[in-house]
Amino acid sequence: MKTLVLIGLSLLSITFLTAQSAEQRGLQIAKAADKADQGFNSSIVHLKMTLKNKNGQTSERLLITKTLEQTADGDKSLIVFNSPKDVKGTSTLTFTHKIGSDDQWLFLPSIKRVKRISSNNKSGPFVGSEFAYEDLSSQEVEKYSYKFLKENGTLLLVEQDPVDPKSGYTRRIVTYNKSKGYRIEKVEFYDRKNSLLKTLTYSNYKLYKGKFWRAGTFTMVNHQSNKETVLKFSEYNFEANLTDEDFTQVALKRAGQ
Amino acid sequence: MNSKPIYYLLLLVCNMHNIAAQTESLKKTHHDFELELEGEYRYFYDDALFSSQKDHFPSLAIRPEYKAAWNKGYESINFKGFLRVDVDDERTHWDIRELYYQKAKNNWELNLGIKKVYWGVTESNHLVDIINQTDAVETFDGEKKLGQPMAQFTWNTEKFGTFDFFYLPYHRKRTFAGDKGRLRFATVIDKDDLGYESGAEEWRQDAAFRWNHYFGIFDIGLSHFYGTGREPLFLFDTTGNINAFYPIINQTGLDLQITHNAFLWKLESIYRHAKAQDFFAMAVGLEYTFSNIDRNGLDIGLLAEYLYDERDELALNALQNDIFFGSRIAFNDTQDTSILFGGITDLESSSTIFSLEASRRFGSSWTAAIEGRIFNDIDKDELILSNFREDSFFRISISKYF
Repeated sequence: MKTLVLIGLSLLSITFLTAQSAEQRGLQIAKAADKADQGFNSSIVHLKMTLKNKNGQTSERLLITKTLEQTADGDKSLIVFNSPKDVKGTSTLTFTHKIGSDDQWLFLPSIKRVKRISSNNKSGPFVGSEFAYEDLSSQEVEKYSYKFLKENGTLLLVEQDPVDPKSGYTRRIVTYNKSKGYRIEKVEFYDRKNSLLKTLTYSNYKLYKGKFWRAGTFTMVNHQSNKETVLKFSEYNFEANLTDEDFTQVALKRAGQ
Repeated sequence: MNSKPIYYLLLLVCNMHNIAAQTESLKKTHHDFELELEGEYRYFYDDALFSSQKDHFPSLAIRPEYKAAWNKGYESINFKGFLRVDVDDERTHWDIRELYYQKAKNNWELNLGIKKVYWGVTESNHLVDIINQTDAVETFDGEKKLGQPMAQFTWNTEKFGTFDFFYLPYHRKRTFAGDKGRLRFATVIDKDDLGYESGAEEWRQDAAFRWNHYFGIFDIGLSHFYGTGREPLFLFDTTGNINAFYPIINQTGLDLQITHNAFLWKLESIYRHAKAQDFFAMAVGLEYTFSNIDRNGLDIGLLAEYLYDERDELALNALQNDIFFGSRIAFNDTQDTSILFGGITDLESSSTIFSLEASRRFGSSWTAAIEGRIFNDIDKDELILSNFREDSFFRISISKYF
């Protein structure tokens, strides 16, 4: 009888523990992924964005992205457009915040104007692509709530619900690879009506500085519009030793001049 | 066997290789050359107010650009040239928009040469922006500027914001439309007829300073300019003669933007002091954007600004007590299609100017733009604007980028 009670109790506690840990384990995985990527300091990367419409016609954009790692708050980033040529030099400076809206400035090279812009438009497309602004902004742990879904070999599936009501998604299902430093292999995006909107697949991973996994290709497929955007990253540079001085409005104008 | 010497030798070779690689990347110069060719057609559909003014203005423009950057981009030479050929002889003009050397190090930046600098936040009027002379024959909105010779030193601090110091050794005069041109006064103003208050004329040594910073949702700029003004002063004596010249001015400017959710609240204000004239002017307004309306990227922005100028009817831009309203539509499509339309209306008279600007990319290296300015019910008593009352126009332009 005693044993039965004990078994019953331990069964209860297991259920209790697992019920509680779906959220906790999800958060743990997100934190582990964040931690695995800590210490890269800064990076510069060249990016080719290929936009494909449903008829297969393509157009291209060339960008350079500089990122500065921050520990107390979200990362800083500077994006410069090199093509199409009519928008060459158009640049953005973003200070991501773990809590609250990001600070963002836009540089317009034709009139040399720096304009502070609203970061309200998270769900809108980035330069006509299938990437929304929120897909490309720095991924901070605090921006989602988490739920662990299942383990598939070394792959861990975690549901992430955006904290910000302005997000275009109800949830994202993120596939982490535990054995490869918790790098992300795939993200599925569900729209506000909770139907599958897009799938982002990461491929051509490379390990930099023996620690940081960076995908060479991002492929975003929109299942509702049948449009596709491919990002190809090249010339990753982790040795530039960028500082806060490379992420100011002065540096923004310099980058786009 | 002692392997240490080999180890050290290897280390030395590796280091030398590293140093060589580093100096290589420091010395590496990136060259970048670009060219834009533009064909433009302006059509003024009302009969001209003054004889010899034309209706049709086909025109061509060339914009070459060259950049050489080294020292990981912290040092560069930048060039932007401009040439336009037009029916109006005064609008046929060339300019060095930019030709300067730049060096940046840690928290400072130095610029030497001919450069363009923009200050301000509002859309319908640019009061605070004073470093460059307006290229008045190029566009009606005054957003195109002439290159300004300068030495600019920028000092950036994390806590106290950015400080800009300008030394401006040379003044450039504004060009006005010629005999055949539209958007001019009854008498053609030759820019050489306008004199200077300063005995040093265009060689008066001028200076400017600006501080800007941001605190959370606030972006603020404070500036001061001391030198020969960019706007000529028109004085009318009792006999009706016009005395026009470039005065020596002291101008203090303030620009402020509050970025709160989808709202941008904006304020620009100046106080200008000259021997012959003191005045205050401001532009205050807001911009609100409904973003991604159709879940397909469509953004619709609404703009409203109030403009005040103490000079009243002597205000060169005729924006003395006016309301601007407008809308910016961005499709966020692969062709970057965008439309901006609106109107400025005088609160004391019937005068209204409607405007439309739209642009779109074709392929990867062509763009097309349409512009319309409609002068509606312009009050004949408006000292400056009444001269333009028959000058409503449409403009189309096509550009090819190489």
